[in-house]
Amino acid sequence: MKLRIRYFASLRESLGLSHEEMETSAMTVGEVRSELLARGQAYVCLQRDRSVRMALNQVMVNEEAVLESNAELAFFPPVTGG
Amino acid sequence: MVSRVVIQTEDFNVTDVLAKLREGDLRVGAVCTFVGTVRDTRLLSGKDTDAIVSLTLEHYPGMTESSIAAMMDAAHQRFDIYQAHVIHRVGPLKPADQIVLVAVTSAHRGESFKACEFLMDYLKTQAPFWKKEETPSGSTWVDARVSDDAALAKWGIQAQNAG
Repeated sequence: MKLRIRYFASLRESLGLSHEEMETSAMTVGEVRSELLARGQAYVCLQRDRSVRMALNQVMVNEEAVLESNAELAFFPPVTGG
Repeated sequence: MVSRVVIQTEDFNVTDVLAKLREGDLRVGAVCTFVGTVRDTRLLSGKDTDAIVSLTLEHYPGMTESSIAAMMDAAHQRFDIYQAHVIHRVGPLKPADQIVLVAVTSAHRGESFKACEFLMDYLKTQAPFWKKEETPSGSTWVDARVSDDAALAKWGIQAQNAG
C-alpha cells in the first residue's frame, strides 16, 4: 500500500526531509518504522532507544496501530508547545 | 461565536479576546485565562550561555487544530463550562512575547479554573508543537519535561510524551 510519511522538528532536520511517499507491505506503524530504520544512515534518528512519537492520520498512536492505504504517518520528537 | 482554536504567527490582545468570548452571554460569572510567555532562562539560571535570543515554534498543521479541539471536547465533558478558546502562536518569537492563551468561561470560578489548567496540561503533552531555542552558543530543540506528563496524570490521563 501507499503511505505518506511526514517528519517534524529535530527528525525533519536529521533527515533533511519533511515528507516522502512510501510503498510498503507493512501492516502496522511499528513495521514501517523498522522498514525505515533498515535504510540506515540518517534514519538512525528513528531508533527505538530514542524518544519518537507517531501519529496516524493526525492522531497519536503507538507501534501496534494498523495501517490503511493512503494513510498519513508522522514521526516526531516529544512535543514541547504551550 | 469565537472560533475555538486559532494558530497564528501574529500577537493577540487578551482584553479583546476575552470581550468576544463572553459577549452577549449573561450566564457567565467567571472568566479564567492562562497566558504563556517566552522567558529568558538566563535570568533563572544566571548563566549567560542560557540567554534566549529567540524561540521558534514549529507545528503540525491540521493535527494541531484537531488535537486541541479534541481536548476542548474533553474539557466540556469534565467541567461545567460555557466557552473555551485557545490561541497558540507559531514562528519566531522573542523573550517576553506571548506564546499561548487559554481562556474559559463558566458560571462560577471553580469550573473555569480547573478547565483552564486541564487544557494547558493536555496541550503541553498532546498538541504537536516543538520549540527551538536560539542561544549565543547555537540553536537547540527544547526537551520535553517528565513533569508535564505528571501534570496530565493528575487528571487521570496517562501521557508518555517525555518518557
